[in-house]
Amino acid sequence: MTGRWWDGGAVLGPRTFAVTRADLVAYAHASGDQNPIHQDEQVALAVGLPGVIAHGMLTLGLVARAVEEWTDATPVLELGAKFTQPVVVPAEGAAEVAVTGTVKAVAEGRLTLALEVTCGGHKVLGMPKAVLDLPAASDSSGAARG
Amino acid sequence: MPVDPSLVGREFPPSEPFVVTREAVEAFALATGAPGGGEAGTESTRVPATFPIVIAFGAMQAFLDDVGVDLARIVHGEQRFAYERPLAVDDELTATLTVSSLRQIGGNDIIGTVSAITDASGALVCSTSATLVHRGGGS
Repeated sequence: MTGRWWDGGAVLGPRTFAVTRADLVAYAHASGDQNPIHQDEQVALAVGLPGVIAHGMLTLGLVARAVEEWTDATPVLELGAKFTQPVVVPAEGAAEVAVTGTVKAVAEGRLTLALEVTCGGHKVLGMPKAVLDLPAASDSSGAARG
Repeated sequence: MPVDPSLVGREFPPSEPFVVTREAVEAFALATGAPGGGEAGTESTRVPATFPIVIAFGAMQAFLDDVGVDLARIVHGEQRFAYERPLAVDDELTATLTVSSLRQIGGNDIIGTVSAITDASGALVCSTSATLVHRGGGS
């Protein structure tokens, strides 16, 4: 790999995560979000969902994890997304969530990372974006500035 | 049952203080893709960027209880965080939720909220906005 991760246009990932029903239970306990639509198929179907779905914040948490890995835990200034499509998690097996990042704007000490987050080839997040503290990134790498 | 439109602009009481423990951070990190086992240690003391949702969710649940909305009818539409500083273990945090917008689309209530997460000194640590979709029961 040439270049640095924070160079404009750099593509990061994809980082993939397998999400199982057991992962949803673990996230429910860790986050406090015990909404039954993330654990109980009958409740999910009763409110019109296609099945048990992952917490949107679990998906965004996986995005944050991917960003942390790519950027050597550079401090995050902003993070967010719209939850546009559900991540349906089957009773057996796993849903696979894939996260890819592209370094967009780099200005005034802030680096904007545009993200793409898919499950089964379909985008599940709308406009997912992270803004990172660029000076912290370039300092922590120890690399000389060009 | 539609949500009362007069809620817009209302600020709810601050949540009970939440102390960020190493155990809570480790459990949250493991549940959001961090590798388990040997790689723990220094890594696990870093608080994941979405961890403030734990505090914000507590405030959201209190708000939903207060207005009589069933959590099972809520689907998360959007969440955004803006950080003043990274969270740290031993932070004592409180969330104060304000209803920022409310509209109805196709029988669903679209509820906008903003939660200010402050530390024990009262300083803002993170501001987080959420869109909650309250799925109407009329179907």
